[in-house]
Amino acid sequence: MIESQIDKSRKKWRAIFLLLLFLLALGFILSISIGSVKIPFSHVWNYFGGSSENQIWDNIIHNFRIPKAITSILAGSALAISGLQMQTLFRNPLAGPFILGISSGAGLGVALVIFLGVWLGGFLEMAGVGRSWLLVGASGLGSFTVLSVVLIASFRIRSGISLLIIGLMFGSAVSAIVSILQYFSQAENIQAYVIWTFGSLGSLSWSELYVMLPVILISLLLSFLLSKPLNALLLGENYAESLGLNLKQARMLIIVNTSLLAGTVTAFCGPIAFIGLAVPHIARMLFNTGNHLLLTPLVILLGGILLLFFDIIAQLPGMDETLPINAITSLFGAPFVIWLILRKSNLNYRF
Amino acid sequence: MALLDISTLSIGYPPDKKLMENISLSLEAGQLIGLVGQNGVGKSTLIRTLCGLQPKLSGTVNLSETSIEDLSPKEIAKKISVVLTGRPESLNLSVLELVALGRHPYSGWLGNLKKADKEKIEESISLMEINYLAKKRLFELSDGQMQKVMIARALAQETDLIILDEPTSHLDLKNKIDVLHLLKKIAKSGKGVLISTHEIQLSAQVCDHFWCMDFGKEMLTGEPKKLIASGYLQEYLHIPKETLI
Repeated sequence: MIESQIDKSRKKWRAIFLLLLFLLALGFILSISIGSVKIPFSHVWNYFGGSSENQIWDNIIHNFRIPKAITSILAGSALAISGLQMQTLFRNPLAGPFILGISSGAGLGVALVIFLGVWLGGFLEMAGVGRSWLLVGASGLGSFTVLSVVLIASFRIRSGISLLIIGLMFGSAVSAIVSILQYFSQAENIQAYVIWTFGSLGSLSWSELYVMLPVILISLLLSFLLSKPLNALLLGENYAESLGLNLKQARMLIIVNTSLLAGTVTAFCGPIAFIGLAVPHIARMLFNTGNHLLLTPLVILLGGILLLFFDIIAQLPGMDETLPINAITSLFGAPFVIWLILRKSNLNYRF
Repeated sequence: MALLDISTLSIGYPPDKKLMENISLSLEAGQLIGLVGQNGVGKSTLIRTLCGLQPKLSGTVNLSETSIEDLSPKEIAKKISVVLTGRPESLNLSVLELVALGRHPYSGWLGNLKKADKEKIEESISLMEINYLAKKRLFELSDGQMQKVMIARALAQETDLIILDEPTSHLDLKNKIDVLHLLKKIAKSGKGVLISTHEIQLSAQVCDHFWCMDFGKEMLTGEPKKLIASGYLQEYLHIPKETLI
Protein backbone atom coordinates (compact mmCIF):
# COMPACT_ATOMS: atom_id res chain seq x y z
CA MET A 1 0.00 0.00 0.00
CA ILE A 2 2.62 2.51 1.09
CA GLU A 3 5.14 1.32 -1.47
CA SER A 4 2.72 1.83 -4.36
CA GLN A 5 1.64 5.22 -3.07
CA ILE A 6 5.24 6.41 -2.82
CA ASP A 7 6.02 5.15 -6.33
CA LYS A 8 3.00 6.93 -7.73
CA SER A 9 3.93 10.22 -6.11
CA ARG A 10 7.56 9.85 -7.20
CA LYS A 11 6.49 10.21 -10.85
CA LYS A 12 4.50 13.33 -10.06
CA TRP A 13 7.40 14.93 -8.17
CA ARG A 14 9.87 14.15 -10.95
CA ALA A 15 7.63 16.03 -13.41
CA ILE A 16 7.31 18.99 -11.04
CA PHE A 17 11.06 19.28 -10.50
CA LEU A 18 11.77 19.05 -14.22
CA LEU A 19 9.26 21.82 -14.87
CA LEU A 20 10.85 24.03 -12.20
CA LEU A 21 14.34 23.43 -13.60
CA PHE A 22 13.05 24.36 -17.06
CA LEU A 23 11.52 27.60 -15.71
CA LEU A 24 14.80 28.42 -13.97
CA ALA A 25 16.75 27.95 -17.22
CA LEU A 26 14.16 29.99 -19.14
CA GLY A 27 14.33 32.81 -16.59
CA PHE A 28 18.13 32.77 -16.74
CA ILE A 29 18.18 33.11 -20.54
CA LEU A 30 15.47 35.80 -20.53
CA SER A 31 17.22 37.75 -17.82
CA ILE A 32 20.44 37.78 -19.88
CA SER A 33 18.62 38.74 -23.07
CA ILE A 34 16.59 41.63 -21.66
CA GLY A 35 17.99 44.96 -20.52
CA SER A 36 18.35 48.62 -21.33
CA VAL A 37 20.85 47.84 -24.11
CA LYS A 38 19.12 45.79 -26.82
CA ILE A 39 21.09 42.63 -27.53
CA PRO A 40 19.53 40.28 -30.09
CA PHE A 41 18.72 36.84 -28.84
CA SER A 42 20.88 35.27 -31.54
CA HIS A 43 23.90 37.04 -30.05
CA VAL A 44 23.17 35.68 -26.58
CA TRP A 45 23.01 32.24 -28.15
CA ASN A 46 26.34 32.79 -29.92
CA TYR A 47 27.94 34.07 -26.71
CA PHE A 48 27.30 30.73 -25.04
CA GLY A 49 28.38 28.94 -28.20
CA GLY A 50 31.75 30.66 -27.96
CA SER A 51 31.68 32.64 -31.19
CA SER A 52 31.27 36.38 -30.84
CA GLU A 53 31.09 39.26 -33.27
CA ASN A 54 30.46 42.20 -30.93
CA GLN A 55 32.91 42.93 -28.11
CA ILE A 56 30.70 45.52 -26.38
CA TRP A 57 27.73 43.17 -26.22
CA ASP A 58 29.97 40.37 -24.97
CA ASN A 59 31.27 42.67 -22.30
CA ILE A 60 27.75 43.60 -21.18
CA ILE A 61 26.69 39.97 -21.03
CA HIS A 62 29.81 38.79 -19.24
CA ASN A 63 30.29 41.58 -16.73
CA PHE A 64 26.76 42.73 -16.02
CA ARG A 65 23.97 40.42 -17.10
CA ILE A 66 25.37 37.04 -16.10
CA PRO A 67 26.48 38.20 -12.62
CA LYS A 68 23.09 39.80 -12.17
CA ALA A 69 21.17 36.68 -13.22
CA ILE A 70 23.29 34.49 -10.93
CA THR A 71 22.83 36.97 -8.08
CA SER A 72 19.06 36.90 -8.57
CA ILE A 73 18.95 33.11 -8.41
CA LEU A 74 21.22 32.93 -5.36
CA ALA A 75 19.44 35.70 -3.48
CA GLY A 76 15.99 34.33 -4.26
CA SER A 77 16.89 30.78 -3.24
CA ALA A 78 18.74 31.87 -0.10
CA LEU A 79 16.00 34.18 1.18
CA ALA A 80 13.22 31.72 0.40
CA ILE A 81 14.84 28.78 2.15
CA SER A 82 15.80 30.82 5.18
CA GLY A 83 12.20 32.05 5.39
CA LEU A 84 10.95 28.46 5.28
CA GLN A 85 13.32 27.39 8.04
CA MET A 86 12.37 30.32 10.28
CA GLN A 87 8.65 29.66 9.77
CA THR A 88 9.07 26.03 10.75
CA LEU A 89 11.50 26.67 13.60
CA PHE A 90 9.05 29.10 15.22
CA ARG A 91 5.98 27.41 13.74
CA ASN A 92 4.82 30.91 12.84
CA PRO A 93 3.43 31.74 9.38
CA LEU A 94 4.53 35.38 9.72
CA ALA A 95 8.19 34.58 10.31
CA GLY A 96 10.72 35.37 7.60
CA PRO A 97 14.49 35.47 7.17
CA PHE A 98 14.75 38.83 8.93
CA ILE A 99 12.54 38.02 11.91
CA LEU A 100 15.48 37.77 14.31
CA GLY A 101 16.77 41.21 13.37
CA ILE A 102 19.36 40.21 10.77
CA SER A 103 18.42 42.97 8.32
CA SER A 104 18.14 45.58 11.08
CA GLY A 105 21.69 44.74 12.13
CA ALA A 106 22.86 45.01 8.53
CA GLY A 107 20.99 48.31 8.21
CA LEU A 108 22.72 49.70 11.28
CA GLY A 109 26.13 48.72 9.92
CA VAL A 110 25.40 50.42 6.60
CA ALA A 111 23.90 53.48 8.28
CA LEU A 112 26.97 53.89 10.48
CA VAL A 113 29.26 53.69 7.47
CA ILE A 114 27.22 56.19 5.46
CA PHE A 115 26.46 58.70 8.21
CA LEU A 116 29.72 58.50 10.17
CA GLY A 117 31.66 58.13 6.93
CA VAL A 118 30.25 61.43 5.75
CA TRP A 119 31.07 62.99 9.09
CA LEU A 120 34.68 61.78 8.88
CA GLY A 121 34.63 62.98 5.30
CA GLY A 122 34.55 61.43 1.96
CA PHE A 123 32.05 58.57 1.86
CA LEU A 124 29.83 60.07 -0.81
CA GLU A 125 32.88 60.83 -2.94
CA MET A 126 33.99 57.21 -2.71
CA ALA A 127 33.08 55.21 -5.77
CA GLY A 128 33.36 51.78 -7.29
CA VAL A 129 34.93 48.78 -5.67
CA GLY A 130 36.06 50.35 -2.40
CA ARG A 131 32.62 51.72 -1.63
CA SER A 132 30.76 48.52 -2.38
CA TRP A 133 33.12 46.33 -0.30
CA LEU A 134 32.85 48.81 2.58
CA LEU A 135 29.06 48.48 2.50
CA VAL A 136 29.30 44.68 2.28
CA GLY A 137 31.64 44.56 5.27
CA ALA A 138 29.55 46.93 7.37
CA SER A 139 26.34 45.10 6.61
CA GLY A 140 27.89 41.69 7.27
CA LEU A 141 29.36 42.85 10.56
CA GLY A 142 26.00 44.31 11.62
CA SER A 143 24.18 41.06 10.85
CA PHE A 144 26.86 39.06 12.65
CA THR A 145 26.53 41.16 15.81
CA VAL A 146 22.78 40.61 15.93
CA LEU A 147 23.26 36.90 15.23
CA SER A 148 25.74 36.54 18.10
CA VAL A 149 23.34 38.06 20.60
CA VAL A 150 20.44 35.89 19.38
CA LEU A 151 22.62 32.77 19.60
CA ILE A 152 23.66 33.52 23.17
CA ALA A 153 19.98 34.00 24.00
CA SER A 154 19.10 30.72 22.29
CA PHE A 155 21.40 28.81 24.63
CA ARG A 156 19.75 30.27 27.71
CA ILE A 157 16.15 30.02 26.58
CA ARG A 158 14.08 26.91 26.05
CA SER A 159 10.96 28.40 24.53
CA GLY A 160 11.06 29.31 20.86
CA ILE A 161 8.47 32.05 21.28
CA SER A 162 10.62 33.88 23.86
CA LEU A 163 13.54 33.75 21.46
CA LEU A 164 11.36 35.15 18.69
CA ILE A 165 10.29 38.07 20.89
CA ILE A 166 13.90 38.78 21.89
CA GLY A 167 14.86 38.86 18.20
CA LEU A 168 11.99 41.25 17.43
CA MET A 169 12.86 43.55 20.35
CA PHE A 170 16.51 43.60 19.41
CA GLY A 171 15.64 44.35 15.79
CA SER A 172 13.41 47.28 16.68
CA ALA A 173 15.95 48.72 19.13
CA VAL A 174 18.60 48.57 16.40
CA SER A 175 16.23 50.25 13.91
CA ALA A 176 15.66 53.01 16.42
CA ILE A 177 19.38 53.80 16.42
CA VAL A 178 19.22 54.04 12.64
CA SER A 179 16.32 56.52 12.94
CA ILE A 180 18.36 58.68 15.31
CA LEU A 181 21.31 58.64 12.90
CA GLN A 182 18.96 59.63 10.08
CA TYR A 183 17.41 62.42 12.14
CA PHE A 184 20.80 64.12 12.49
CA SER A 185 21.85 63.61 8.88
CA GLN A 186 21.88 65.57 5.65
CA ALA A 187 19.35 64.81 2.95
CA GLU A 188 21.85 63.29 0.54
CA ASN A 189 23.10 60.81 3.15
CA ILE A 190 19.58 59.77 3.95
CA GLN A 191 19.00 59.28 0.25
CA ALA A 192 22.09 57.06 -0.01
CA TYR A 193 20.78 54.99 2.89
CA VAL A 194 17.24 54.75 1.54
CA ILE A 195 18.55 53.62 -1.84
CA TRP A 196 20.44 50.84 -0.06
CA THR A 197 17.19 49.73 1.60
CA PHE A 198 15.53 49.42 -1.83
CA GLY A 199 17.76 46.46 -2.58
CA SER A 200 19.75 45.95 -5.72
CA LEU A 201 20.65 42.80 -7.63
CA GLY A 202 22.71 44.44 -10.35
CA SER A 203 25.61 45.94 -8.42
CA LEU A 204 27.71 42.80 -8.00
CA SER A 205 30.94 42.30 -9.88
CA TRP A 206 32.50 38.90 -10.41
CA SER A 207 34.90 39.46 -7.53
CA GLU A 208 31.98 39.96 -5.15
CA LEU A 209 30.13 37.04 -6.67
CA TYR A 210 33.13 34.79 -6.00
CA VAL A 211 32.62 35.47 -2.30
CA MET A 212 28.83 35.25 -2.26
CA LEU A 213 28.53 32.14 -4.44
CA PRO A 214 30.41 29.60 -2.24
CA VAL A 215 28.87 30.88 1.01
CA ILE A 216 25.34 30.56 -0.36
CA LEU A 217 25.97 27.19 -2.02
CA ILE A 218 27.37 25.67 1.19
CA SER A 219 24.45 26.98 3.22
CA LEU A 220 21.98 25.65 0.66
CA LEU A 221 23.59 22.22 0.98
CA LEU A 222 23.36 22.45 4.76
CA SER A 223 19.67 23.28 4.32
CA PHE A 224 19.09 19.84 2.85
CA LEU A 225 20.61 18.25 5.94
CA LEU A 226 18.32 20.35 8.14
CA SER A 227 15.18 18.96 6.47
CA LYS A 228 14.95 16.02 8.85
CA PRO A 229 15.12 18.03 12.11
CA LEU A 230 12.69 20.56 10.60
CA ASN A 231 10.20 17.79 9.86
CA ALA A 232 10.39 16.66 13.48
CA LEU A 233 9.83 20.26 14.61
CA LEU A 234 6.53 20.33 12.70
CA LEU A 235 5.01 18.34 15.57
CA GLY A 236 6.19 20.82 18.19
CA GLU A 237 9.28 21.01 20.37
CA ASN A 238 8.22 18.32 22.85
CA TYR A 239 7.51 15.74 20.18
CA ALA A 240 10.72 16.64 18.37
CA GLU A 241 12.71 15.99 21.54
CA SER A 242 10.87 12.74 22.19
CA LEU A 243 11.93 11.65 18.70
CA GLY A 244 15.54 12.00 19.75
CA LEU A 245 16.22 15.48 18.36
CA ASN A 246 18.79 17.56 20.21
CA LEU A 247 16.63 20.66 20.33
CA LYS A 248 19.22 23.30 21.23
CA GLN A 249 21.75 22.00 18.73
CA ALA A 250 19.18 21.83 15.94
CA ARG A 251 17.90 25.31 16.75
CA MET A 252 21.43 26.72 16.74
CA LEU A 253 22.24 25.12 13.39
CA ILE A 254 19.02 26.44 11.87
CA ILE A 255 19.63 29.97 13.17
CA VAL A 256 23.25 30.02 11.98
CA ASN A 257 22.27 28.65 8.58
CA THR A 258 19.40 31.09 7.98
CA SER A 259 21.49 34.02 9.22
CA LEU A 260 24.35 33.09 6.96
CA LEU A 261 21.97 32.97 3.99
CA ALA A 262 19.98 36.10 4.81
CA GLY A 263 23.00 38.02 6.10
CA THR A 264 25.09 37.31 2.99
CA VAL A 265 22.29 38.29 0.64
CA THR A 266 21.61 41.47 2.62
CA ALA A 267 25.29 42.37 2.66
CA PHE A 268 25.56 42.16 -1.13
CA CYS A 269 22.06 43.11 -2.30
CA GLY A 270 20.45 45.03 0.53
CA PRO A 271 17.34 43.96 2.45
CA ILE A 272 15.23 42.27 -0.22
CA ALA A 273 11.70 41.93 1.08
CA PHE A 274 8.79 39.60 0.39
CA ILE A 275 10.61 36.59 -1.12
CA GLY A 276 11.55 35.08 2.24
CA LEU A 277 8.11 35.53 3.72
CA ALA A 278 5.99 34.56 0.72
CA VAL A 279 7.81 31.84 -1.24
CA PRO A 280 7.43 29.18 1.50
CA HIS A 281 3.66 29.81 1.52
CA ILE A 282 3.52 29.77 -2.27
CA ALA A 283 5.37 26.43 -2.31
CA ARG A 284 3.11 24.89 0.33
CA MET A 285 -0.02 26.07 -1.47
CA LEU A 286 1.04 25.15 -4.99
CA PHE A 287 2.40 21.74 -4.14
CA ASN A 288 0.27 20.90 -1.12
CA THR A 289 2.93 19.47 1.14
CA GLY A 290 4.51 20.29 4.49
CA ASN A 291 7.28 17.73 4.19
CA HIS A 292 10.67 19.46 4.25
CA LEU A 293 12.41 16.74 2.26
CA LEU A 294 10.30 18.02 -0.66
CA LEU A 295 9.81 21.63 0.43
CA THR A 296 13.53 22.37 0.68
CA PRO A 297 14.34 21.82 -3.02
CA LEU A 298 10.94 23.23 -4.06
CA VAL A 299 11.46 26.46 -2.14
CA ILE A 300 15.07 26.85 -3.32
CA LEU A 301 14.02 26.50 -6.97
CA LEU A 302 10.89 28.61 -6.63
CA GLY A 303 12.74 31.42 -4.82
CA GLY A 304 15.36 31.60 -7.56
CA ILE A 305 12.77 31.51 -10.35
CA LEU A 306 10.55 34.18 -8.82
CA LEU A 307 13.36 36.64 -8.10
CA LEU A 308 14.68 36.14 -11.65
CA PHE A 309 11.28 36.98 -13.13
CA PHE A 310 10.70 39.87 -10.71
CA ASP A 311 14.06 41.27 -11.77
CA ILE A 312 13.06 40.98 -15.44
CA ILE A 313 9.90 42.96 -14.67
CA ALA A 314 11.96 45.55 -12.76
CA GLN A 315 14.03 46.08 -15.94
CA LEU A 316 10.86 47.41 -17.57
CA PRO A 317 11.59 45.64 -20.87
CA GLY A 318 11.63 48.11 -23.70
CA MET A 319 12.37 51.16 -21.53
CA ASP A 320 15.50 52.82 -20.26
CA GLU A 321 14.51 53.02 -16.59
CA THR A 322 14.68 50.26 -13.97
CA LEU A 323 12.59 50.11 -10.83
CA PRO A 324 13.88 49.14 -7.37
CA ILE A 325 13.63 45.36 -6.92
CA ASN A 326 11.89 45.66 -3.54
CA ALA A 327 8.98 47.54 -5.08
CA ILE A 328 8.49 44.87 -7.72
CA THR A 329 8.68 41.83 -5.43
CA SER A 330 5.81 43.09 -3.30
CA LEU A 331 3.82 44.82 -6.02
CA PHE A 332 3.63 41.72 -8.20
CA GLY A 333 4.10 39.11 -5.49
CA ALA A 334 1.31 40.17 -3.16
CA PRO A 335 -1.55 39.84 -5.70
CA PHE A 336 -0.13 36.45 -6.69
CA VAL A 337 -0.26 35.19 -3.09
CA ILE A 338 -3.76 36.60 -2.61
CA TRP A 339 -4.91 34.89 -5.81
CA LEU A 340 -3.42 31.61 -4.58
CA ILE A 341 -5.24 31.85 -1.26
CA LEU A 342 -8.57 32.68 -2.89
CA ARG A 343 -8.42 29.67 -5.18
CA LYS A 344 -10.97 27.17 -3.99
CA SER A 345 -8.46 24.44 -3.26
CA ASN A 346 -6.53 26.66 -0.83
CA LEU A 347 -9.39 28.06 1.25
CA ASN A 348 -8.46 25.42 3.83
CA TYR A 349 -4.76 26.21 3.62
CA ARG A 350 -3.02 25.20 6.82
CA PHE A 351 0.40 26.36 7.70
CA MET B 1 13.13 -7.64 33.50
CA ALA B 2 11.28 -4.42 34.12
CA LEU B 3 10.95 -2.09 31.12
CA LEU B 4 10.74 0.86 33.46
CA ASP B 5 12.13 0.94 36.95
CA ILE B 6 11.76 4.03 39.11
CA SER B 7 13.18 4.37 42.60
CA THR B 8 13.08 7.20 45.17
CA LEU B 9 12.28 9.63 42.35
CA SER B 10 11.43 13.26 43.08
CA ILE B 11 9.74 15.33 40.41
CA GLY B 12 8.95 19.03 40.07
CA TYR B 13 10.42 22.30 38.91
CA PRO B 14 13.64 23.67 40.37
CA PRO B 15 14.48 25.51 42.50
CA ASP B 16 11.68 25.09 45.01
CA LYS B 17 8.57 23.54 43.47
CA LYS B 18 8.66 19.87 44.39
CA LEU B 19 5.47 18.10 43.26
CA MET B 20 6.09 14.59 44.54
CA GLU B 21 8.93 12.68 46.14
CA ASN B 22 10.02 9.14 46.94
CA ILE B 23 8.27 7.52 43.97
CA SER B 24 9.27 3.87 43.49
CA LEU B 25 7.52 1.89 40.77
CA SER B 26 8.14 -0.60 38.02
CA LEU B 27 6.43 -1.48 34.76
CA GLU B 28 6.74 -4.89 33.05
CA ALA B 29 6.32 -5.83 29.40
CA GLY B 30 2.70 -6.67 28.61
CA GLN B 31 1.26 -4.35 31.24
CA LEU B 32 -1.23 -1.54 30.66
CA ILE B 33 -1.01 0.91 33.53
CA GLY B 34 -3.30 3.83 34.30
CA LEU B 35 -1.88 6.89 36.03
CA VAL B 36 -4.72 8.65 37.86
CA GLY B 37 -5.06 11.64 40.14
CA GLN B 38 -6.54 15.12 40.35
CA ASN B 39 -5.63 17.94 37.96
CA GLY B 40 -2.34 19.54 38.92
CA VAL B 41 -1.12 16.65 41.04
CA GLY B 42 1.83 16.04 38.72
CA LYS B 43 0.79 13.32 36.27
CA SER B 44 2.07 15.16 33.21
CA THR B 45 5.22 16.18 35.09
CA LEU B 46 5.90 12.55 35.94
CA ILE B 47 5.33 11.57 32.30
CA ARG B 48 7.61 14.32 31.03
CA THR B 49 10.29 13.32 33.53
CA LEU B 50 10.10 9.66 32.51
CA CYS B 51 10.54 10.57 28.85
CA GLY B 52 13.57 12.72 29.57
CA LEU B 53 11.75 15.89 28.45
CA GLN B 54 12.28 17.41 31.88
CA PRO B 55 15.11 16.82 34.39
CA LYS B 56 14.27 14.89 37.56
CA LEU B 57 15.05 16.43 40.95
CA SER B 58 16.57 13.26 42.44
CA GLY B 59 16.32 9.47 42.38
CA THR B 60 16.79 7.04 39.51
CA VAL B 61 14.86 6.15 36.36
CA ASN B 62 16.02 2.97 34.61
CA LEU B 63 14.88 1.91 31.15
CA SER B 64 15.47 -1.84 30.65
CA GLU B 65 18.10 -1.65 33.41
CA THR B 66 20.01 1.32 31.95
CA SER B 67 19.86 4.66 33.74
CA ILE B 68 18.15 7.33 31.66
CA GLU B 69 21.11 9.64 32.33
CA ASP B 70 23.46 7.29 30.47
CA LEU B 71 21.26 7.37 27.37
CA SER B 72 21.46 9.92 24.55
CA PRO B 73 18.20 11.54 23.39
CA LYS B 74 18.28 9.27 20.36
CA GLU B 75 18.71 6.13 22.49
CA ILE B 76 15.84 7.21 24.73
CA ALA B 77 13.75 7.74 21.59
CA LYS B 78 14.35 4.08 20.71
CA LYS B 79 13.07 2.95 24.10
CA ILE B 80 10.17 5.28 24.88
CA SER B 81 7.63 6.85 22.56
CA VAL B 82 5.07 9.41 23.72
CA VAL B 83 1.67 10.70 22.75
CA LEU B 84 1.10 14.09 24.35
CA THR B 85 -2.17 15.97 24.89
CA GLY B 86 -3.29 18.31 22.15
CA ARG B 87 -2.87 18.24 18.41
CA PRO B 88 0.51 18.50 16.69
CA GLU B 89 1.42 22.10 15.90
CA SER B 90 1.50 21.78 12.12
CA LEU B 91 -1.45 20.11 10.44
CA ASN B 92 -0.17 20.35 6.88
CA LEU B 93 1.03 16.73 6.73
CA SER B 94 -0.57 13.58 5.44
CA VAL B 95 -1.32 10.77 7.89
CA LEU B 96 1.33 8.69 6.17
CA GLU B 97 3.95 11.42 6.56
CA LEU B 98 3.09 11.85 10.24
CA VAL B 99 3.35 8.14 11.01
CA ALA B 100 6.62 8.05 9.04
CA LEU B 101 8.04 10.65 11.44
CA GLY B 102 8.04 7.86 14.02
CA ARG B 103 11.02 6.41 12.13
CA HIS B 104 13.04 9.55 12.90
CA PRO B 105 15.46 7.89 15.39
CA TYR B 106 16.27 5.12 12.90
CA SER B 107 16.63 7.00 9.60
CA GLY B 108 19.81 8.57 8.28
CA TRP B 109 20.83 12.20 7.81
CA LEU B 110 18.22 12.94 5.20
CA GLY B 111 15.46 10.88 6.77
CA ASN B 112 15.10 8.50 3.83
CA LEU B 113 12.94 5.47 4.53
CA LYS B 114 14.26 1.98 3.87
CA LYS B 115 12.15 -1.07 3.16
CA ALA B 116 12.08 -2.11 6.83
CA ASP B 117 10.90 1.37 7.81
CA LYS B 118 8.05 1.26 5.32
CA GLU B 119 6.98 -2.15 6.60
CA LYS B 120 6.96 -0.90 10.18
CA ILE B 121 4.86 2.12 9.17
CA GLU B 122 2.40 -0.08 7.34
CA GLU B 123 2.20 -2.48 10.29
CA SER B 124 1.50 0.38 12.75
CA ILE B 125 -1.23 1.77 10.52
CA SER B 126 -2.96 -1.60 10.21
CA LEU B 127 -2.67 -2.31 13.95
CA MET B 128 -4.49 0.95 14.69
CA GLU B 129 -7.06 0.12 11.99
CA ILE B 130 -6.62 3.43 10.19
CA ASN B 131 -5.67 2.24 6.68
CA TYR B 132 -8.63 4.20 5.30
CA LEU B 133 -7.07 7.44 6.62
CA ALA B 134 -3.57 7.03 5.17
CA LYS B 135 -3.94 9.62 2.40
CA LYS B 136 -5.86 12.20 4.45
CA ARG B 137 -4.25 15.36 5.72
CA LEU B 138 -4.14 15.99 9.45
CA PHE B 139 -6.54 18.95 9.45
CA GLU B 140 -9.24 16.73 7.94
CA LEU B 141 -9.24 14.33 10.90
CA SER B 142 -11.68 14.17 13.80
CA ASP B 143 -10.28 14.10 17.34
CA GLY B 144 -10.79 10.34 17.57
CA GLN B 145 -9.06 9.70 14.25
CA MET B 146 -6.22 12.03 15.22
CA GLN B 147 -5.62 10.15 18.46
CA LYS B 148 -5.37 6.83 16.63
CA VAL B 149 -2.98 8.37 14.11
CA MET B 150 -0.79 9.75 16.89
CA ILE B 151 -0.71 6.31 18.54
CA ALA B 152 0.24 4.76 15.19
CA ARG B 153 3.13 7.24 15.01
CA ALA B 154 4.27 6.13 18.49
CA LEU B 155 4.04 2.48 17.39
CA ALA B 156 6.16 3.20 14.32
CA GLN B 157 8.85 4.43 16.71
CA GLU B 158 9.25 0.74 17.64
CA THR B 159 9.78 1.21 21.36
CA ASP B 160 9.16 -1.28 24.19
CA LEU B 161 7.43 1.39 26.21
CA ILE B 162 4.67 3.76 25.07
CA ILE B 163 3.53 6.59 27.31
CA LEU B 164 0.33 8.51 26.57
CA ASP B 165 -0.83 11.68 28.32
CA GLU B 166 -4.64 11.61 28.54
CA PRO B 167 -5.24 9.63 25.34
CA THR B 168 -9.02 9.61 25.87
CA SER B 169 -9.64 13.32 26.46
CA HIS B 170 -11.90 15.14 23.95
CA LEU B 171 -13.17 11.81 22.57
CA ASP B 172 -16.76 10.55 22.47
CA LEU B 173 -17.62 7.41 24.41
CA LYS B 174 -17.22 5.06 21.46
CA ASN B 175 -13.81 6.46 20.57
CA LYS B 176 -12.71 6.32 24.21
CA ILE B 177 -13.55 2.63 24.32
CA ASP B 178 -11.92 2.06 20.90
CA VAL B 179 -8.69 3.74 21.94
CA LEU B 180 -8.50 1.91 25.29
CA HIS B 181 -9.06 -1.45 23.60
CA LEU B 182 -6.41 -0.71 20.99
CA LEU B 183 -4.00 0.17 23.80
CA LYS B 184 -4.86 -3.09 25.54
CA LYS B 185 -4.14 -4.91 22.29
CA ILE B 186 -0.75 -3.15 22.06
CA ALA B 187 0.10 -4.13 25.65
CA LYS B 188 -0.87 -7.74 24.98
CA SER B 189 1.51 -7.79 22.02
CA GLY B 190 4.32 -7.48 24.57
CA LYS B 191 4.88 -3.75 25.02
CA GLY B 192 4.55 -1.74 28.20
CA VAL B 193 1.87 0.97 28.03
CA LEU B 194 1.43 3.80 30.54
CA ILE B 195 -1.52 6.18 30.22
CA SER B 196 -2.59 9.09 32.36
CA THR B 197 -6.37 9.32 32.50
CA HIS B 198 -9.42 10.80 34.19
CA GLU B 199 -11.61 8.08 32.71
CA ILE B 200 -11.57 5.97 35.90
CA GLN B 201 -14.46 3.62 35.22
CA LEU B 202 -13.55 2.82 31.62
CA SER B 203 -9.85 2.39 32.25
CA ALA B 204 -10.48 0.26 35.36
CA GLN B 205 -11.84 -2.36 32.97
CA VAL B 206 -8.72 -2.56 30.80
CA CYS B 207 -5.76 -1.49 33.00
CA ASP B 208 -3.71 -4.10 34.82
CA HIS B 209 -2.69 -1.61 37.47
CA PHE B 210 -3.46 1.91 38.57
CA TRP B 211 -0.78 4.26 39.82
CA CYS B 212 -2.66 6.81 41.88
CA MET B 213 -1.26 10.20 42.88
CA ASP B 214 -2.44 12.62 45.56
CA PHE B 215 -0.99 15.81 47.00
CA GLY B 216 1.58 15.12 49.73
CA LYS B 217 0.97 11.36 49.83
CA GLU B 218 2.90 8.29 48.74
CA MET B 219 1.92 6.81 45.36
CA LEU B 220 -0.91 4.25 45.69
CA THR B 221 -0.64 1.23 43.41
CA GLY B 222 -2.72 -1.89 42.83
CA GLU B 223 -5.36 -3.57 40.71
CA PRO B 224 -8.06 -1.07 39.80
CA LYS B 225 -11.02 -3.15 40.98
CA LYS B 226 -9.47 -3.87 44.39
CA LEU B 227 -8.54 -0.21 44.85
CA ILE B 228 -12.11 0.83 44.10
CA ALA B 229 -13.69 -1.87 46.32
CA SER B 230 -11.50 -0.87 49.25
CA GLY B 231 -12.36 2.80 48.76
CA TYR B 232 -8.69 3.89 48.76
CA LEU B 233 -8.91 5.14 45.19
CA GLN B 234 -11.90 7.35 45.97
CA GLU B 235 -9.99 8.75 48.93
CA TYR B 236 -7.01 9.58 46.72
CA LEU B 237 -9.27 11.22 44.15
CA HIS B 238 -11.22 13.13 46.84
CA ILE B 239 -14.62 11.84 45.72
CA PRO B 240 -17.46 10.12 47.60
CA LYS B 241 -16.97 6.35 47.81
CA GLU B 242 -20.28 5.53 46.09
CA THR B 243 -19.45 7.44 42.88
CA LEU B 244 -17.32 4.48 41.77
CA ILE B 245 -18.66 0.99 42.13
